[in-house]
Amino acid sequence: MSKQYETVIGLEVHVELATKTKIFCGCSTTFGAAPNTQTCPVCSGMPGSLPVLNRKVLEYAIAVGLATNCEITRYAKFDRKNYFYPDNPQNYQISQLYLPICRNGWVEIETKKGGLKRVGIHEIHMEEDAGKLIHDEWEDCSLVDYNRSGVPLIEIVSKPDMRSAEEVIAYLEKLRLLIQYLGASDCKLQEGSMRADVNLSVREVGAKQLGTRTEMKNLNSFKAISRAIAGETERQIDLIEAGERVIQETRRWDDTKGESYAMRSKEDAQDYRYFPDPDLVPVAVSDEMLKKIRAAQPEFRNEKMQRYREEFGIPDYDIEIITESKHMADIFEAATAICGQPKKVSNWLMGETLRLMKERETDAEDLRFSPEHLAKLIWLADKKLITGSVAKEVFEVMFEENVDPERYVEEMGLKTVNDEDSLRKTIAEVIAANPQSVADYRSGKEKAIGFLVGQTMKAMKGKADPAAVNQILREEIVK
Amino acid sequence: MEVTDMTAVELSAAIRDGQVTAVEAAEEMLARIEERDGIYNCYVTVDREGALAQARAVQEKIDAGELTGPLAGVPVAIKDNLCTEGLLTTCASRMLENFVPTYTAEAVMNLRRAGAVILGKTNMDEFAMGSTTETSAYGVTRNPWNPAHVPGGSSGGSAAAVAAGECCFALGSDTGGSIRQPAAYCGMVGMKPTYGTVSRYGLIAYGSSLDQIGPLTKDVTDCAAVLEAISSYDKKDSTSVKRQDTDFTSALVEDVQGLRIGIPNDYLGEGLDAEVRAAVLQAAEELARSGAVVERFDLSLVEYAIPAYYTIAAAEASSNLERFDGIKYGYRTKEYTGLHNMYKKSRSEGFGEEVKRRIMLGSFVLSSGYYDAYYLKALRVKALIKKAFDEAFAKYDVILGPVAPTTAPRLGESLADPIKMYLGDIYTIAVNLAGLPGISLPCGKDRNGLPIGLQLIGDCFQEKKLIRAAYTYEKSRGPFGIGPGTEKQDGRTGGIPS
Repeated sequence: MSKQYETVIGLEVHVELATKTKIFCGCSTTFGAAPNTQTCPVCSGMPGSLPVLNRKVLEYAIAVGLATNCEITRYAKFDRKNYFYPDNPQNYQISQLYLPICRNGWVEIETKKGGLKRVGIHEIHMEEDAGKLIHDEWEDCSLVDYNRSGVPLIEIVSKPDMRSAEEVIAYLEKLRLLIQYLGASDCKLQEGSMRADVNLSVREVGAKQLGTRTEMKNLNSFKAISRAIAGETERQIDLIEAGERVIQETRRWDDTKGESYAMRSKEDAQDYRYFPDPDLVPVAVSDEMLKKIRAAQPEFRNEKMQRYREEFGIPDYDIEIITESKHMADIFEAATAICGQPKKVSNWLMGETLRLMKERETDAEDLRFSPEHLAKLIWLADKKLITGSVAKEVFEVMFEENVDPERYVEEMGLKTVNDEDSLRKTIAEVIAANPQSVADYRSGKEKAIGFLVGQTMKAMKGKADPAAVNQILREEIVK
Repeated sequence: MEVTDMTAVELSAAIRDGQVTAVEAAEEMLARIEERDGIYNCYVTVDREGALAQARAVQEKIDAGELTGPLAGVPVAIKDNLCTEGLLTTCASRMLENFVPTYTAEAVMNLRRAGAVILGKTNMDEFAMGSTTETSAYGVTRNPWNPAHVPGGSSGGSAAAVAAGECCFALGSDTGGSIRQPAAYCGMVGMKPTYGTVSRYGLIAYGSSLDQIGPLTKDVTDCAAVLEAISSYDKKDSTSVKRQDTDFTSALVEDVQGLRIGIPNDYLGEGLDAEVRAAVLQAAEELARSGAVVERFDLSLVEYAIPAYYTIAAAEASSNLERFDGIKYGYRTKEYTGLHNMYKKSRSEGFGEEVKRRIMLGSFVLSSGYYDAYYLKALRVKALIKKAFDEAFAKYDVILGPVAPTTAPRLGESLADPIKMYLGDIYTIAVNLAGLPGISLPCGKDRNGLPIGLQLIGDCFQEKKLIRAAYTYEKSRGPFGIGPGTEKQDGRTGGIPS
């Protein structure tokens, strides 16, 4: 390859909003219900049914727009996008084309070199999700589940401002954090509550014009996005180097094979015959509404990090990890507010929590233990009511089931035994059972005491205070 | 007086007074349907059992004093594009030959709350597209005044059923004149209310921005009473309007003193039948004698209403009718290979000619590259027409004119020339484009004894002015009679092609 190429990337990101009900009807948005149990005449496209906008969707869309420095359209409209497919019960999707709710925004991302870069946002629009098709191989037929039909989405369309997979991921992370902080969505790529389509073209470094782009779909993880960007960049460069042209088309990424294939080209692209939906009245955003949403904007990550530095005196590294998830930051703040020990709370999050998350392959958003329980666990350990090892054991159960640590310790009989008589009794048994180690210690091998402490703790099932064990052991052996 | 000759207000009074029960009223209507519907074909579905069960339940409530309104116990017919739970709703299309809705339209619910008894579903032009009720997949409906003629459309079954005494009143829908024109052809009173007055929830849409549900009745009093019952603010319809002034029966006042009435010269020009013109102008004189101030004026833009209407209505229809794909409900072709083929065959076989013509027209005007030239331009024309009416209503309380250029044409005359049929909507469609209320009531008969309709148009939310003017005119005109209430009662004489 003699020439130097540059990759130009723009993103279309769909985010499923965390409303209780669907965008145009009162059906629940809860995931995982039996097929077609969360449907009504509206979201199953029955004749004569009419859509009514869920105001919460509008509020979330505006909140995301404000967080991404967009202009908010004060007189927005919904349009119908017409296409036939069985997952789309009306055979048109209610979306926004002509007057989307947000336009001309930007977010700042950190580049690899440590600098800051702005990624422009072309627009954000509101729309409804489609149902789900299930192909029944056994019966050789297709079935459709409309539970997801009408679940609210926003589509965030960036400008073609990104130049690498790193920038794309930084941009997605940024969006994810902003939206999670707003509580507008949990933004899970794997579960599809955040979906990214990558528009990519290549051009020679220094060229002014953009190359022909392709759109890549079916990217379910950051890793898949990175691989798809690398793969597509290479494919396009190869085409150009071979003197062929890149065709404007939609391609589907197969992450297991590590390659993409064309779904449809622009030539046979559908004409969606967009027009304003006459069943919905235009959306007028009043000054008052805008003011209210602006006032309700949460503290975003940068502000939060600054405040943590000033308020809590915990290491920068901890702050970075904790604020990476709004949910974890919420746990941190609430637990700290109760126990007043930010460092200890942070230690639990940075230590055991991260370890278990890694082990169980779960997300910070899925943390289930309550801040009250974490504070109580810290209190139990502080009061030496449980030993450090018991605390870890209890935490693991809290991590799984959010049990009340106090009650759990009580029920399982895990309280530290401070009764000296029973401790001396156990120690006497340990000494009797390990004459060799006792002899070693007596002959000056200091290390042997460690083994004996271990044996005692084991016999006490960890419920003894190791310092007390150590002391009594020495006394007993010297006797 | 026979139950079948009574108005809704008369019948409900008779039921309250115990002269007749709701069940007897329903039985008499069902007997009339049995006797005459073989000729007129007003109904697609007659719900005998359901009607009798409703009548029994309503009678109990009347006896208990829970239902006292003017529609309690009164048998009604519902246009077959209004969803009725558990009762076949076809839109007169093969596409919905097996469609039984899971819910009931809000306007129909309002009637049920008022105690009306639903007899069945009336015939119409397929998906409300047509002006004659000849595009129905379930046979033509005949005009009770002369069965060789059409009843008008698209609410032809509803208008004919009222005229034939096969129901006491009916609901229709009006997208471009579909209530007012069949009312005129059948000598009945029909009203299209201001857009947003009656909830569209459960009305199977044709042109969503133009559709309104309204009453077809024997007189103006019933029209006001029915409109009062069906009007409601409905959260399920985003275009529904919160109104405080829906006590329409309060406008049944015989007084037009000082009412300013304008007659557009544009509505009296070329294409208007001389007999219709004379009858309409005579009605205007009658109103002037009663104290109204009647003037002629130029409305302008009238000739642009038809192309604008057919562009907008077809565009919306092409999208509204996409859901009929053979997947979820309705007709599915028997044999097909793959999804695309199933769509194509189901829709080709399920829809009739006129529906397909409008879907294609609508798809074309919305397609990329033509959207601005057709659809957007039509929206601009619509805005200009609204402006022209605004200017007119600065000077007049009511606009008066004909409903249609002619009386009811003979069966088979209209479909051969769709353009001519479209032009027949010239006096009614501007009202839909501007979202205005309009009422149609009989003002005479032509030399063949067919009714002529008078149209009164009001500014948005001014139904009461229309009701007052119409009621005053009706009083001075005297009884008009319902369809075959004359010597041709059985309708079997002449006229019916075998």
